[in-house]
Amino acid sequence: METHELIKALAADTKRSGMPMAFAWSGAAILAVAVAAGVFLALLGPRSDVANAMQTLRFLYKFLVTIALALSALGVLRVLSRPDAEPRTLLPYLAIAPALLFAGVLAELFAVPTSTWPERLVGSNGLVCLTFIPLIGLGPLALLLLALRHGAPSHPTLAGAVAGLAAGGVAATFYAAHCTDDSPLFVATWYTAAIAILVFLGWVGARRFVRW
Amino acid sequence: MNGADDGDLAGLFRTSLGGDEKAYGEFLKEAAALVRVWARRRAAHSGLDPEDIVQETLLAVHVKRHTWRNDGPVKPWLYAIARHKLVDALRRRGRHARVGLGEVEEELASEEAETARDWEIGRALEVLTPGQRSVVTAISVEGRTIAEAARSLHMNETAVRVALHRGLAAIAKRFGRE
Repeated sequence: METHELIKALAADTKRSGMPMAFAWSGAAILAVAVAAGVFLALLGPRSDVANAMQTLRFLYKFLVTIALALSALGVLRVLSRPDAEPRTLLPYLAIAPALLFAGVLAELFAVPTSTWPERLVGSNGLVCLTFIPLIGLGPLALLLLALRHGAPSHPTLAGAVAGLAAGGVAATFYAAHCTDDSPLFVATWYTAAIAILVFLGWVGARRFVRW
Repeated sequence: MNGADDGDLAGLFRTSLGGDEKAYGEFLKEAAALVRVWARRRAAHSGLDPEDIVQETLLAVHVKRHTWRNDGPVKPWLYAIARHKLVDALRRRGRHARVGLGEVEEELASEEAETARDWEIGRALEVLTPGQRSVVTAISVEGRTIAEAARSLHMNETAVRVALHRGLAAIAKRFGRE
């Protein structure tokens, strides 16, 4: 088939365009949060002293970090789903959540005596965290990869990893309402490891499924 | 990259996305010309046929046209797609055993002959169902309109549109994959 012949066929198919990206992303994000909420409520639910916990700075700070991660990663992901995205200009946004977390860790190190550091870091929910954040994030990750596949990322694996970050941010936000370990030392250790699992899965998933 | 130029092309693309077939044909022609120049320079020593890159890019432009931000420039978007497809093609090429020097010479000779070449798209057409293939062929090679194709194939126009749409999506998906 000659190129001018191909053009005729393409031009005749002008009316059926794909779903707009803005719509795909808002749909995927809303569904991702809904799925994460469903899995969270079915498997864990919020901790029993959640009303008291809301009065403490450490508890609230967890949400600041995880919500910042979810929003920044979703924003970057949206841009990365277009072919002409410039990844380098986007990376600073991904540093927001780690920077917040780092500030929290520093504050914690100044606020509490050295002798309590190991106990705060290890906590009592390490393995729960490592299990349930990926579990809650799996559905959201699949939805985000689906939206990514609808797009046309020039850097599919990078975008897949960012999808993992976003799913991790959403999952961690829910998980944080369950977990009683509020120290930034715990969050920096276990949440990071748990989200890294989703980042890896997103990277692998995009390699296989996000081809265009 | 000329800014005013891009504005014209973007305007044409916007009109196309509104459902204007003629504008879309014009846009694709101009896009093909741009990518052809671009691909010739880059594919020259790789043994790839630049026209394969042009066709693969046009198909990707078509199935991914919803990823264009319609208030932005169009050329960076177009070249980004072309780059993605070129890199893909080079990678595929690299995976197969490298072509020998003799083969390259042969290819060069045959290119000068400029006969009807067997482009990648020919192989992609093989994955279509017979119904899709007859619709795609009627509209592309035979140059029929949707209405004419519907009459000659004894189908209704909606069925022709659906077959064309699915057929093109299948070609785009299959293009260049082994």
